[in-house]
Amino acid sequence: MAYSEQVIDHYENPRNVGKMDEADAQVGTGMVGAPACGDVMRLQIKVSEEGVIEDAKFKTYGCGSAIASSSLVTEWMKGMTLDEAGEIRNSNISEELALPPVKIHCSVLAEDAIKAAIDDYKSKQ
Amino acid sequence: MKLPLYLDYSSTTPVDPRVAKLMCDCLTQEGNFGNPASRSHLYGWQAEEAVETARRQVADLVNADPREIVWTSGATESNNLAIKGIAHFYQKKGKHIITSKIEHKAVLDTARQLEREGFEVTYLDPDTDGLISPAMVKDAMREDTILVSLMHVNNEIGVVTDLAAIGEVTRAAKVFFHVDAAQSPGKVAIDLEAMKVDLMSFSAHKVYGPKGIGALYVRRKPRVRLEAQMHGGGHERGMRSGTLPTHQIVGMGAAFAIAKEEMAEENERILALRQRLWDGVSDMEEVYLNGSIDQRVAGNANISFNYVEGESLLMSLRELAVSSGSACTSASLEPSYVLRALGMNDELAHSSIRFSIGRFTTPEDVDQAIAQVRKAVTKLRELSPLWDMYKDGVDLNSVQWAAH
Repeated sequence: MAYSEQVIDHYENPRNVGKMDEADAQVGTGMVGAPACGDVMRLQIKVSEEGVIEDAKFKTYGCGSAIASSSLVTEWMKGMTLDEAGEIRNSNISEELALPPVKIHCSVLAEDAIKAAIDDYKSKQ
Repeated sequence: MKLPLYLDYSSTTPVDPRVAKLMCDCLTQEGNFGNPASRSHLYGWQAEEAVETARRQVADLVNADPREIVWTSGATESNNLAIKGIAHFYQKKGKHIITSKIEHKAVLDTARQLEREGFEVTYLDPDTDGLISPAMVKDAMREDTILVSLMHVNNEIGVVTDLAAIGEVTRAAKVFFHVDAAQSPGKVAIDLEAMKVDLMSFSAHKVYGPKGIGALYVRRKPRVRLEAQMHGGGHERGMRSGTLPTHQIVGMGAAFAIAKEEMAEENERILALRQRLWDGVSDMEEVYLNGSIDQRVAGNANISFNYVEGESLLMSLRELAVSSGSACTSASLEPSYVLRALGMNDELAHSSIRFSIGRFTTPEDVDQAIAQVRKAVTKLRELSPLWDMYKDGVDLNSVQWAAH
């Protein structure tokens, strides 16, 4: 199947791959998906005192579109406030990456990961 | 080296150039273009002779009588003709059929259709090696069982069914035994004189012949009768009507003749290549060969690279033409039903790649594949949260996943 240039770019040069300390109070971790479904995303954000996302990291087990979706959102989230990040919708992601209909679930998963990371951070405060 | 490297011979094979030459001679005005059913002139007689030569070539590879070979459009049609043909002809004797969960869709969907028509079907679970044993077949037999349909060689994992032993069980119970042998000619010896198989489906394009042609073996003694599925001019003794495609049939015959001649040597060479591939990747952590290692055709290596998802792996392996057991591309998100039937967990099934090696594969091709696979798996594991967890000693089964 044909992948869009944007998906290939993120897949070949994924941004912000990595892992932060889950125990750090400044770090929010969102892990979504399931191995049985073929994709698992772990998205982490580091939030400043002012409520701005200073850093974002991800690791994803899944198809190229899932990897690209999570890579893209880490780029977007850096510098955003929590409220701004919470407004990222899966449609923004799928549009930016030109995902075909069968891959829309990858962008939905990325949106879920953002929400889960924000919730985790908030629960620690 | 032609890119992408073709390592998908279980899917289809290129036509052997020797076969293609003979096929081309049966097309144009100068060639053998006649209708094999034309009885009134030389063109028809010549075409008929070519068709009968091919019939003998196919029969010779499997030690059958040429009169037991019926031409079809391929293994899918052969499977349909055998299973529906038996079911419809013998339904007064009983309406129970036995098959397995790892059959090709051409068998499974045919069985489903018969269920809609009121037949009952038992789908056997293979063991963890992917094998169906004679005991499993025997245990599933009922008074009203009329047919057992099993594949000879599995298309995904390449394991080989013990037809001789299962044939003893079916014959003793006077139940017909159909075998989908799309994947086995030229790879495993077939002796229909010795084995108690009643019907066997063949395809040309898996054996370096053309697509669009296949055959069904229908045993004469003891006699097997079928209800035709394709009606018309009464070709192939009424079992399958339709003008015979001389060039396709000549191609299948030639391909089977070459297979008979060269299979021993070829399988030895291919087995060495598969071993080279396996040796080249199996020293990485968490790499598994799926299906029986011993009861397996030489060319198939179905390998799971744990914690790496199959479709993303394929994306990294764009210079290799291989196939994946992950079905992330389909809407269902279900991984291969064959691997699941082996009792394999979903992660491993999603992480599988089928490499199939064939006549034109070289050691250099295999080395190239190994290098690319190692690079891709290493890269994707760096990206994989599951790999992190595995490295941290987390048992993935203990994690509460949110299925989506």
